[in-house]
Amino acid sequence: MAWNETLPDMVTPILHISVLLLAPPLLMGVINKTKAWAAGRRGPPLLQLYYDVFRLFRKDTVLSRTTTWVFRAGPVVGVTAVLLAGLLAPFGAFDAPLSFDGDLVLFAYLMGLARFFTAAAALDTGSAFEGMGAAREVSFASLAEVALFVAFVVLVRLSGSLSLTPMLHAPMTGAFHGLPAAALLLVGVALFVVLLAENARIPVDDPNTHLELTMIHEVMVLDHSGPLFGLVLYGASVKLLLFSSLLLHFALPFSFGAPLLDWALFGVGLLAVAIAVGVVESVMARLRLRHVPSLLIAASVLCAFGFFFTLA
Amino acid sequence: MRTRAETESRSIAIQASVTQTIWLDLSVAALVLTAASGVPGLALGRRSNAAQGLASLLVIAGALLGELAAIAVLGGAAIETRTLPGPLSELSLHLRLDPLAAFFLVPVYLLSVAGTLYGTRYWKQTEHPENGRALRLWYGVLVAALAAVVLAADGFAFLMAWEVMALAAFFLVTIEDDRAEVRQAGWVYLVATHAGTLALFALFALLWAVNGSLEFRPMASGAGTQGATSALFLLALVGFGFKAGIVPLHFWLPAAHANAPSHVSALMSGLLLKMGIYGLLRFFTLLPAPPPGVGMLMIAIGTFSAVYGVVFALGQHDLKRLLAYHSIENIGIIVMGMGLALVGVSAQQPAWVALGLAGCLLHVWNHSFFKGLLFLAAGSVIHGAGTREIDRLGGLGKPMSRTAALFAIGAVAICGLPPLNGFVSELLIYVGLFRAGADGASRQWSAAPLAAPLLAMVGALAVACFVKAYGTVFLGPHRSEGAARAHEVPRSMLVAMILLALPCVTIGVFPVLAMPALDRVVHAWVGAESQPPLLGQLIPWTPIMGMNAALVAGVLAASLILGRRFRRRVPVQTGTWDCGYVQPTAAMSYSASSFAQLLVDLYGWLLRPRAGHAIRTELFPSRQHFHTRVPEQVTEFVLAPLWASFRRALAPFRALQHGRVQLYLMYVLLTLCILVVLSFPIDEAFVRFLGWWGNGGVHGVE
Amino acid sequence: MNFSAANLLLIGVLLLNLFCLGTSRIRALIQAAALQGVVLGVMPLLIHGRVDWNTGLIALATVALKGNVIPGMLRRALREAQIKREIEPLIGLVPTMLLGALATLLSIAFASGLPLAPEHQNLLIVPASFSTVLTGFLLLTTRMKAITQAIGYLVLENGIFIFGLLLLDAMPFLVEIGVLLDLFVGIFVVSIIIHHINREFASLDTRRLASLKE
Repeated sequence: MAWNETLPDMVTPILHISVLLLAPPLLMGVINKTKAWAAGRRGPPLLQLYYDVFRLFRKDTVLSRTTTWVFRAGPVVGVTAVLLAGLLAPFGAFDAPLSFDGDLVLFAYLMGLARFFTAAAALDTGSAFEGMGAAREVSFASLAEVALFVAFVVLVRLSGSLSLTPMLHAPMTGAFHGLPAAALLLVGVALFVVLLAENARIPVDDPNTHLELTMIHEVMVLDHSGPLFGLVLYGASVKLLLFSSLLLHFALPFSFGAPLLDWALFGVGLLAVAIAVGVVESVMARLRLRHVPSLLIAASVLCAFGFFFTLA
Repeated sequence: MRTRAETESRSIAIQASVTQTIWLDLSVAALVLTAASGVPGLALGRRSNAAQGLASLLVIAGALLGELAAIAVLGGAAIETRTLPGPLSELSLHLRLDPLAAFFLVPVYLLSVAGTLYGTRYWKQTEHPENGRALRLWYGVLVAALAAVVLAADGFAFLMAWEVMALAAFFLVTIEDDRAEVRQAGWVYLVATHAGTLALFALFALLWAVNGSLEFRPMASGAGTQGATSALFLLALVGFGFKAGIVPLHFWLPAAHANAPSHVSALMSGLLLKMGIYGLLRFFTLLPAPPPGVGMLMIAIGTFSAVYGVVFALGQHDLKRLLAYHSIENIGIIVMGMGLALVGVSAQQPAWVALGLAGCLLHVWNHSFFKGLLFLAAGSVIHGAGTREIDRLGGLGKPMSRTAALFAIGAVAICGLPPLNGFVSELLIYVGLFRAGADGASRQWSAAPLAAPLLAMVGALAVACFVKAYGTVFLGPHRSEGAARAHEVPRSMLVAMILLALPCVTIGVFPVLAMPALDRVVHAWVGAESQPPLLGQLIPWTPIMGMNAALVAGVLAASLILGRRFRRRVPVQTGTWDCGYVQPTAAMSYSASSFAQLLVDLYGWLLRPRAGHAIRTELFPSRQHFHTRVPEQVTEFVLAPLWASFRRALAPFRALQHGRVQLYLMYVLLTLCILVVLSFPIDEAFVRFLGWWGNGGVHGVE
Repeated sequence: MNFSAANLLLIGVLLLNLFCLGTSRIRALIQAAALQGVVLGVMPLLIHGRVDWNTGLIALATVALKGNVIPGMLRRALREAQIKREIEPLIGLVPTMLLGALATLLSIAFASGLPLAPEHQNLLIVPASFSTVLTGFLLLTTRMKAITQAIGYLVLENGIFIFGLLLLDAMPFLVEIGVLLDLFVGIFVVSIIIHHINREFASLDTRRLASLKE
């Protein structure tokens, strides 16, 4: 076979993995920059998170005497699971490197595995702060999972397939009119809410505050330091990338046909999502904790409406 | 077109006449060995430890034989039916080892070996002289009865084995009958199991009337009206539901599991509940077709059970009660799979049947393994730290590191997280549910996939609950004296737990290993004329195993790199950051109730938690007491008021129960006289008597 | 078949019944019950008219048990409890006797109305059986002490045995022996219970047992 015919088969997965590994901190930078501009500040550089992660990897670690191996396993499993989940999610118009029937369940449950070990690591310190954050995280995640799975059910019904790649490409490849299109719109809105919830953004959590009354994700990782903390920050940004890429299939469901343009479209889309998140964070205040379940249940109900629309 | 009944009976007849294999003999031998395992102990006295070694040996020997037979039949050996003479000519005992039975035998014997190894140190004879021998006796009888239930091929043998199983479990639950809560738990269990057995008697009686015999052979397709099959289904659901712990028939479960010795709880949770599931599965092989709507009903019941179980587990402070409620949750998941298989039968979609049934069956195995492991680990915690209350434990991960690691394996498995075995069975059910809603399949089944988000919620709540349990028990500071003085458990207990952890890891990382057995049971269950697809065609296991391998490899690699990094630049050890408190105490750390508070409040409408006295706020607060608890709904809000109203209504009749023997005898005489008067023609006799009297008495008649 | 001898003995049994109802001395009661047992042990030989291994063995066993062993156990229980007399029964001794007589009359009347086989028509077996059963029942219900109630049970069993004489040809050996065993075990258990009642309440008055009810 000629050299340039085999290339596209290998290029897409390699590009996918590269984007998965390298792009996430940039998204965080865009969000922070957006928030700063909305507040009239200059804000940190776009590449700040890269600098932070490298700096942290060079630092020493301080461990609490109360902790066991679980504390060190938390960030490790968190990052590994999330990166592996990233192999299943399609970016833009391209196929994911790995796609098989039932991979949507694996995707969601790898996130669950990451959550289990992160929360366990939080409880390992024996501090009330981390316990609080872990309790909130797992509680809200139970409702966010429902919304995510109802969205999956709608997609499975519309696409007729059980793998993430064909499912998420359905808005692009299928011609949906009327009620199914409305269903997709509802699912998209709900997925945005899930993104905010799972990644600890306003209105669910405030990533900037360090007051324990308002923290969820930030406080769970309070005692991590050095490379472990670097892994935590990195893992959080990868999770944001994955949920943004899921959302993009609803926000920008078209393809140009040419690989270069499609990658560019994907990049632009990611930036748009990051800016949108930044805008939402600047415009809204954080919800009271007892109202967060209502928000998540509302997202699930929206998806359920979408499901009933597809039944018609 | 031959009916399923005819095909099935023909194939069984052919096989029985051709083959006279040893597998059924081995199973029966295994049964006898395990039943007899506790008997030598009765003769050997209270103070000797020799009997427990002998009992363990007998159980292990029996288990090896039994597992061999089960694996052979699962691998494709022929099925044999044996008939033994019974007490009456119409009632003879039939035994059969078919794939469904063999599938359930595998966890029976594995768990029994683990339990008996565990019991040699957990319930050492010299530490428990008054009830150690009884425990081992009934343990052996229970294991044998479990095997007998599965091998029984007719209603009579089934019911006999079922009763022996229920009673053996009762004696095991009440082994420490000097404690009031143990007696209470035992009574509630006894009432519940006998209520179920009553329904089963009715079921088999009706089955005899419809089918013509008590043997387990499929009914002819025309036999029995719609009403009869629906009645049969309801009786089976109630009867087996009591045993399996399907909500709302689950009320005996938490107390019984919490108060039994830990290896008995492992056996009950891992095996006893599954016999209810086995009964339901066997029942459905007898019906020509499931009644309409049954599949969706079972999915709904299963989902409700799962949500109920996990939500209630969140509110528990007692480690073993928490695990018991999780058993209710997992039985719910198993019933969901069964419902999906029934939907597939009704919709004539073999793929759904295969996925649902395989999910149901594999979850039966998986739950036995990881729940058994968790109960044994909980027992180790109790053994090491002395208490069951989660909020009084803490920091056990340091002194009991091996137990902590094994509990972690069990916790990750029960949450259904990859790469362990819970994920595989839940994946099968998920894929089946999604398929039921996927393509232009009929609208009738399109509500089925809505169970998938609820299953996801159950999974996430299980994560919450087990993070709470694991974190509060093994991590963090020591919250009490007992926790501070905890010690690791002896090696035999660790070996027993490892024995159960191995299948969790193996089936999780290499799911293909379980697929051939599942395929064989699915084919046997469905019957000969339908050909469900192989599981390997429905779900590609290779990429999943690849991901598992990548996960394990990635975590190991990262750990190695970090380990090297920490050896070069050793981390500094300090206290946990405590915001500058001068004297942080263990009471300041997040306890289990605090962890669960958000969710308990969210589900307060279902849980109805009760709190103790309100906190008094004074200038100089004195010592106060506060507690919260989540009551068991069905017992406290349904059964107890019902019972109280019965007592009130029947109170006037208490006057009849005065305790005087003479008057009781008079009641008997009175009844007898009434019966005589009713059945005897009194006026005739009176006339004859007068005539006799008039004729001068006895001698005058001649 | 020797009718008149059998009938005579049965009349003796009926008289013993009345005696049991009328006496308040417990030793006499035991003697009467023992005598009744011996008489009944001999009855099968009279009714059959022949002595072969089966009936001979059963007669011997019955006489030994009912005449010796069981009264012996009861006497031992009596010695332990150290009582001599029954306290005044519920309805008085004489009214009890009158009730017993009435019961006998009624059983005779009742028995004459039953469709018996021709060879049993003129035997007093059925009336004697019913009357003895009712006597035993009266003893059980009107007496207070546990030991008297045990004797009432003995008399009741005698009554059932009498009825069984009707089926002598049909009853297999095993059933006969089984009935004897049942009686033996029953009395054995009752004497143990009497011992415990005495120990617990320091008296054999069964009215005390009512305090055990929940």
